[in-house]
Amino acid sequence: MNCPENDVIYMDNNATTKVAPEVVESMMPFLTECYGNPSSMHNFGGQVGGAVETARAQVAALIGADPKEITFTSCGTESDSTAILSALQAFPDKRHIITTRVEHPAVKNLCENLGRLTGHQYRVTRLQVEADGTLDLAKYEEALSEETAIVSVMWANNETGVIFPVEKMAAMAKDRGVLFHTDAVQAVGKIPIDLSSLDIDFLSLSGHKLHAPKGVGVLYIKRGTPFVPFLAGGHQEEGRRGGTENVASIVGLGKACELAGKTMDDENVRVRALRDRLEEGLLASIPKSMLNGHKEDRLPNTTNISFEYVEGEAILLHMNRYNICASSGSACTSGSLEPSHVLRAMGVPFTAAHGSIRFSLSIYNTEEEVDFVLEKMPPIIAELRELSPFWKAE
Amino acid sequence: MWEYTDKVQEHFLKPHNVGEIENPSGVGDVGSLACGDALKLTLAIDENEVITDAQFKTFGCASAIASSSALTIMVKGMTVSEAEKITNDDIADFLGGLPKEKMHCSVMGREALEAAIADYRGVTLPMAEGEVVCECFGVTDLEVIRAVKESSLRSVEEITNFTKAGGGCGKCEDRLRDLLQATISDTPIQPVQVEGPKRMTTLQKIKKIEEVLEREVKPALKKDGGDIELVDVDGDFVMVSLRGACTSCAKSQTTLKEYVEKKLREFVLESLIVEEAK
Repeated sequence: MNCPENDVIYMDNNATTKVAPEVVESMMPFLTECYGNPSSMHNFGGQVGGAVETARAQVAALIGADPKEITFTSCGTESDSTAILSALQAFPDKRHIITTRVEHPAVKNLCENLGRLTGHQYRVTRLQVEADGTLDLAKYEEALSEETAIVSVMWANNETGVIFPVEKMAAMAKDRGVLFHTDAVQAVGKIPIDLSSLDIDFLSLSGHKLHAPKGVGVLYIKRGTPFVPFLAGGHQEEGRRGGTENVASIVGLGKACELAGKTMDDENVRVRALRDRLEEGLLASIPKSMLNGHKEDRLPNTTNISFEYVEGEAILLHMNRYNICASSGSACTSGSLEPSHVLRAMGVPFTAAHGSIRFSLSIYNTEEEVDFVLEKMPPIIAELRELSPFWKAE
Repeated sequence: MWEYTDKVQEHFLKPHNVGEIENPSGVGDVGSLACGDALKLTLAIDENEVITDAQFKTFGCASAIASSSALTIMVKGMTVSEAEKITNDDIADFLGGLPKEKMHCSVMGREALEAAIADYRGVTLPMAEGEVVCECFGVTDLEVIRAVKESSLRSVEEITNFTKAGGGCGKCEDRLRDLLQATISDTPIQPVQVEGPKRMTTLQKIKKIEEVLEREVKPALKKDGGDIELVDVDGDFVMVSLRGACTSCAKSQTTLKEYVEKKLREFVLESLIVEEAK
């Protein structure tokens, strides 16, 4: 397979990211000569185990955790399932879960299935969001009860980039003796996180969202939190997650976390400026376009814009002609027949939800790329609107 | 990423016959913004019943646009009775095939053609008279049975791919399975129990509400520099968002309840409740 990367303008970093060259380099020995099993008694395997521990320390450093609180998993979804199912098993008498309407399917579908599969023995409160995608903490306060086994709220939304006040929400949960999990897959590496001072019990992160490879994730488990493993098996990861370690990817994730710590400022200054330039340019040059999500409480790399009266898949395929990569919340791209649950929960009108495009940038994007996109988008939208029976030029 | 044929790509990127014929002989208007795709087909038909021109406007994905473009090319030069025989599979075949999840786009093309011909003849389509099975997308049992027969469908998933039925809340899946079984084994179909007055589908409601907002409500709001947008319809709850001057108007809640809700109850359904979308 041939993927000529240089021709591509990649603005779909909330979907996945480029593996950093330094990360690839750090992984190579473990894909070639250093193939020992970290659990082995011999030095040949033992030194590989050392590399896994170095990676654990690197991950812990990025999020202000102790290395002992880091458990490697296969992906963000596994981390989410592990945390939520662990809490339910640790507190079998508590039958209530609090989450939001805008969670990633990894949490959303798990919670919905739990309700259904247990004959609704579990009650799930899905917190509604405001029009700008933010949460109403008063509603959250009301929902919390002694019955609640766990709260699972994402740190930042993957579609809009809106950041939730998880620090405060975790503290509120702790006051009621309720465990708190956050899916921080989109937040880690993009905004500073210091778990040492927070009441968050579980945090999920995923390697491929921060320039490490796919197929590796982490579950942070705060020291002292009751825990029941999801994958029973060997004694790996202190018995918290059976299965031989994905050593090369774990080493890569460690390296990626080290790099993210160094590029965090660049992300929050330069990438934010690029994102703002893109966003302001598109909103100014394309009529009937609007921003989805809170303008300030947001990841620095994400913008979600609706172009009314046109459909997202059609927009993406036109962008594809210029090798511009982004995503859409339209029905046709979701595989289901309904538009994004996130935009619907925010009350974005159908006229706009079907025509939403998410641009998510990374440190590898340049100003030239942003300007190229700004040049190509207005004619694409205009051309599709010419076809649309709902579009009336004003 | 969908696997589109070159022909689909070609008709999507450079669609043929885009536009609206002035004083058309027949108009077919199907789908809606809410559903994510819509097609307006206009036909010019001469005194010998030959389709001399066909033009379209489509809101939708690549396969919806390509299907529309293909349809106009196929029907041009045909007589009305020839055009009537076009099936959705013919449209898909013309494009060298469509991904299975996108077959409903070709079905939309055929439906628009049927609607345009019915409009030309001044008759009502029988399909709309069936019993609504899928409330989310407003699909009737007759439409499902027809798709099952015409395209030899063998699963509920295939019915969804072709008609969209079952693709929303999924509540009608059992009914779809029954329809499928009955159609395949050719046994008479049990009519659904309809309680009380005839229900409107979500789609019918949305269409009607949009009409009333456009005709009765928007002009009045616009006079004061405001506007209103339909956000969602969930059962009897109608979620709207106020725009323009309305957003900062202290009386906006009164406007919603006293004016918008009253109009919608008068012209659409007595049971509707209007709420501002947050």
